[in-house]
Amino acid sequence: MKKLVIRNIDQGALMKLNKILKNTFLVLFACLVLSACATSKKSTGQMQGDVYTGTDTVEYLASGVPDRVFFATNESVLTTASRETLRKQAAWLRKNSDITIVLEGHADERGTREYNLALGERRANAAKDYLMTYGISSNRISVLSYGKERPVDSGSNPLAWSKNRRSVTVKAN
Amino acid sequence: MRNLIILFLIFIIPSKALGLIEVDITRGNLNPLPIAVSPLSIDDESKKGFEKTLKKKDIGSEISKVIEKNLKTSGLFNPLDKNAFLQAPDIAHLKPRFEDWNLIKAQALITGKVKNVDDKIRVEFRLWDVLAGKEMMALAFTTVPNNWRRVGHIITDKVYERLTGEKGYFDTRIIYVAEEGPKTKRIKKLAIMDQDGANNKFLTLGNELVLTPRFNPTSQMVTYLSYFRNLPRVYLLDIETGIQEVVGDFPGMTFAPRFSPDGKKIIMSFAKDGNSDIYTMDLENRIVEKITNHPSIDTSPSYSPDGKFICFNSDRSGYQQIYVMKSDGSNVKRISFGNGLYGTPVWSPRGDLIAFTKLHKGKFYIGVMRTDGSGERLLTENFYQEAPSWSPNGRVLIFYRETKTDDKGEGFSAKLWSIDLTGYNERLVDTPTDASDPSWSSLLSN
Repeated sequence: MKKLVIRNIDQGALMKLNKILKNTFLVLFACLVLSACATSKKSTGQMQGDVYTGTDTVEYLASGVPDRVFFATNESVLTTASRETLRKQAAWLRKNSDITIVLEGHADERGTREYNLALGERRANAAKDYLMTYGISSNRISVLSYGKERPVDSGSNPLAWSKNRRSVTVKAN
Repeated sequence: MRNLIILFLIFIIPSKALGLIEVDITRGNLNPLPIAVSPLSIDDESKKGFEKTLKKKDIGSEISKVIEKNLKTSGLFNPLDKNAFLQAPDIAHLKPRFEDWNLIKAQALITGKVKNVDDKIRVEFRLWDVLAGKEMMALAFTTVPNNWRRVGHIITDKVYERLTGEKGYFDTRIIYVAEEGPKTKRIKKLAIMDQDGANNKFLTLGNELVLTPRFNPTSQMVTYLSYFRNLPRVYLLDIETGIQEVVGDFPGMTFAPRFSPDGKKIIMSFAKDGNSDIYTMDLENRIVEKITNHPSIDTSPSYSPDGKFICFNSDRSGYQQIYVMKSDGSNVKRISFGNGLYGTPVWSPRGDLIAFTKLHKGKFYIGVMRTDGSGERLLTENFYQEAPSWSPNGRVLIFYRETKTDDKGEGFSAKLWSIDLTGYNERLVDTPTDASDPSWSSLLSN
């Protein structure tokens, strides 16, 4: 009986050790990932993944209301930051109910012209749909895709491309 | 069996030896055929007459220069230096002294004569096989003097057809987008020029953004995308009259237009609520049909030359790939399965191939594949290039290429390039300004 108990204790200790080791590995791994992120952030400027997070090109519709949201390559999914920006825009639009807007969708230069026109339209509509869920009527919003025709940064590098993948909310009146 | 083979050989060899020269255009031609283009001879009176009307000192020699340049850019011919020619043009045209032409290693010879007939220009030419010592072809054309360059192109087409066995592509035009200004505020105009870069003309003023012009394969009509009044819509333009009109009445962006092979329909994308689908509009009865119905992006449609199929670009698999369907939208099949993204499919006028743009590991390629997706062949790799357009004989592709900008945003350019289906003979196509979105017309003379 005693021996058995001891064995059990031993096994428990072993499992604990395993857990501790695993956790250290997890922590170590997390550290590695984080440091990798930190360095890649440094090397490419203000990007998360390949979505632009900086404010270089951003203009303001009103104080604290950024005019644009950014997208990952080939994507039209709104990021957490984009949704926050659009909620601010929606609040501002609700306060200023006479304002109508154009959502201008853009793509970077690394895609074929025609596909990029469609992609720009899809991005602008992602923003439109989100604004509509926050109570902005669709008849106050029009959508205009420029594809890759109107980059804001003329560079040929990942940071420039990330600034160009955008939907910009422009006052129409 | 043995006897049979010997018989066969005896039969084949002499006929080959007696056969006239041919040029094989199915392979990359590393030994272009040496050809002598004798300046077309002209009598003094005609010469003076044309000098007045056309402001060209010797129109005969000008036409021969057009022919020479065409032959050279085809990559299949090597026009020889005129200074080495021993025989005078007028005598050569009557009866070439083949020994003389043989001496300078010419295998083929073009001679001709120009004459002013009732204020029209009459041009006759002959093509000679120097080795066999025989005339291969003789033709004459009469036209208004201003058409003199076209005469040069038509002669090149005839020579090309006689020597390669396939139709030429020289009496054709290219419509394209002329570009100027900084990348962030690019000014774009529709422009048109002869295939060899001559007679460049701007068709719009640059007040609005214009993109992707395409020829009607049966006439000189053009369809393109214009941002007139900030409403991106497909337009139809008659090059001769300058009259243009919007295609259809769509409540949103229409783009990526092309004509059907019979020129009676326009096929294009219409984007609504974030979804682009493919539509056609009949130009006669204005009936609009929806061809694809899918929540993904469907764009860049292009008909097969018999009008029975459509190839197009879709991201329904998650990324841009090439698909083929019947022209009513049924039987959709993905045909691109290689690594990377595929766009801008264009069906060859011969029907057997689809040209495309491919993006793989940060590089852009122009390539071709069979219409079932097999036999993918990449012709050229670069930082950025896209939008191939076929020469009417399906032997050459024209496309545009953009250069990288440096960290200051400088060094950007957009130029037209052409390449043979073989992957050889890549050439810059000269344009007065930067250029993109080229579209090749069909033969004007047919």
